[in-house]
Amino acid sequence: MAELHLPPILPPLFPGLPRELELEAATVDEAIDRLDERWPGMRDRLVEPGPKLRPHINVYVDRERGGLDTALEPASRVDVIAAISGG
Amino acid sequence: MSKSMLLVGTRKGLFVLESGDRRDWTVRGPYCESWPMYHAVLDPESGTIYAAAASEWLGSAIWRSDDLGETWEHSSEGIGFPEGGDLRLSKVSHVMPVHGRLLVGTESAGLFESTDGGRNFSLLTTFEGQEGREAWNDPAQQPPGHLGLSAIIPHPNEQGRFWVIVQGFSLFETTDGGKTFEPRNKGLRRDWPADYEDIGFCVHKVAPAADFERMFQQNHVGMHRSDDGGKTWTEITEGLPTEFGFAAATHPHDRDTFWVIPLDPGHGRTMPDGHAAVWRTRDAGSSWQQLDQGLPTENAYVGVLRDGMAIDKEDEPGLYFGTSTGQLFASSDEGESWNQIGGLFPGITSVTVASAD
Repeated sequence: MAELHLPPILPPLFPGLPRELELEAATVDEAIDRLDERWPGMRDRLVEPGPKLRPHINVYVDRERGGLDTALEPASRVDVIAAISGG
Repeated sequence: MSKSMLLVGTRKGLFVLESGDRRDWTVRGPYCESWPMYHAVLDPESGTIYAAAASEWLGSAIWRSDDLGETWEHSSEGIGFPEGGDLRLSKVSHVMPVHGRLLVGTESAGLFESTDGGRNFSLLTTFEGQEGREAWNDPAQQPPGHLGLSAIIPHPNEQGRFWVIVQGFSLFETTDGGKTFEPRNKGLRRDWPADYEDIGFCVHKVAPAADFERMFQQNHVGMHRSDDGGKTWTEITEGLPTEFGFAAATHPHDRDTFWVIPLDPGHGRTMPDGHAAVWRTRDAGSSWQQLDQGLPTENAYVGVLRDGMAIDKEDEPGLYFGTSTGQLFASSDEGESWNQIGGLFPGITSVTVASAD
């Protein structure tokens, strides 16, 4: 099970969504699909047409920057980070 | 008098102001997780507040609240253009209940509809076939902050009839619910080379009178009036300090009375000479009066955006406008005098007013 860490801007949008959870997925893309199944609409918050991650959403897999097609190991740690930007 | 409710959309979320006397206002918010807000409106039929917002991080969504702002849900299900095409969704710009449907305007210029109260959406049109359509969505031809489809104006009685504005290009009218659209720009001025006969007009704001035959329009170049539902326009700029502005409002019970906020047409787009004022006509544009009592008349370099002004439907209607730097002003005597209300807000993009029981 991959261990997923989500940014604080997401839980207020999806009732019951925790900041940390575990799920089965072979890629980052699949992990987002699993989230979207439980919290409909999640995919559109993280992914734009392409498909690709939204410009200010970053994903790190085992501390390496990844993309939608990055593979996950059974014990991978996935950090979804909203870029520190704006004003 | 019923309770008045102002929905104030800002660059940092939506605020709800309420008053029983239009003098003392309570403030709630910010709502919608402080997403940048482009437009918000209360649907009088369902009692639902709808808000169009676009986050730099998380994309665009329509927010909705069935309890006047206490709790919120959001959805962007179906708001998107076909994969592989030339259209990109940068924001939802406008949201409007239209006789049981919820219509949403976007940039790139598209019109979406929901028939289930804002939970699911489908693409209604991207205006294929209209003159110049291929140029509308060319990023090289768009100004910063482009809104695409910036306004949806429903006819109050005729179900399939509404008007939309495609920013920088045209006012359109449909009478078949959005299947087909006709440009409505005859008589408008344009001070630039014309690539197309019927398209290529910079329509900022259209404010209809109650009969929807009389309409006023703040254009990039000039104030205009129509007496035939937008089919033809006549310029009525003479007497105003500038020909440029965004926000406007029409009297709900007097088709000859109309308010506008002229702005410096240069890069600043702020109150001319730093003198904040609203201008009013009571004779359909033949003459104008400057109204500034209670407004800052020196060093007021503030602007008001196209959805930044609203008017209620009371017998003596209340007027409201918010500045792009976050000051909110109200008048309960048809603009004769003004008070700043509510506090200091983030930059205000949208003000709408409704009555709530």
